[in-house]
Amino acid sequence: MRVTVRLFASHREAAGVSIVSIELPAGARAVDAFAACRQARPGLPAPVAGVAFAVNREFAAPDALLADGDEVAVLPPVAGG
Amino acid sequence: MSQRYLLSEAPLDEAAATASVATSGAGAVVTFVGRVRAHSRGAAVTKLVYEAYPEMVEAVFAQIADEIREKFAVDAVAIHHRVGVLAVGETSVVIAVSAEHRPAAFDACRYAIDRLKQIAPIWKKEHGPDGAVWVDDRP
Repeated sequence: MRVTVRLFASHREAAGVSIVSIELPAGARAVDAFAACRQARPGLPAPVAGVAFAVNREFAAPDALLADGDEVAVLPPVAGG
Repeated sequence: MSQRYLLSEAPLDEAAATASVATSGAGAVVTFVGRVRAHSRGAAVTKLVYEAYPEMVEAVFAQIADEIREKFAVDAVAIHHRVGVLAVGETSVVIAVSAEHRPAAFDACRYAIDRLKQIAPIWKKEHGPDGAVWVDDRP
């Protein structure tokens, strides 16, 4: 299956892109999408404590199961306000 | 009436956010305004660059408002946040809450800004004389 990964802030800068399309095996989870991203974009750091995930624009657990066409957002520790 | 939940590249209108929560039954309106400070953790700040997940952030603001309505006796909540390049003194966030009485309005407004800092998919990069760094507000 193919999913779209959205990267933000320090991750976006490290990867040099804000959107990555990746191919994943069936049964892949949100955290697997980030791992596959790191292989495609070696500048990306390992997940740090505080990284959160969203699938199709809703907060999701790192082990949330993905489906073909999903949009997975990797959210570094937020700092709004 | 302006939008209740807003992510904006244009300067925020504090009066519009406040007016958007006015109801005939609300005897109290509390508005919080967050602004760009000239210093952070002992270092000078020349500007902040805010980035967000735009397709998600307004839904998160609505979620925070839903949480508030469950916890406090409020009438209406508005949450407006800026993105892009902000100079020192510019407004980054405006939160307005109306309620029948002031205790709920104060408590809910405090909850809203604390929760926004905790979960809203927004990031900021501090620029100063010695470079720039992404802010990590985790305790």
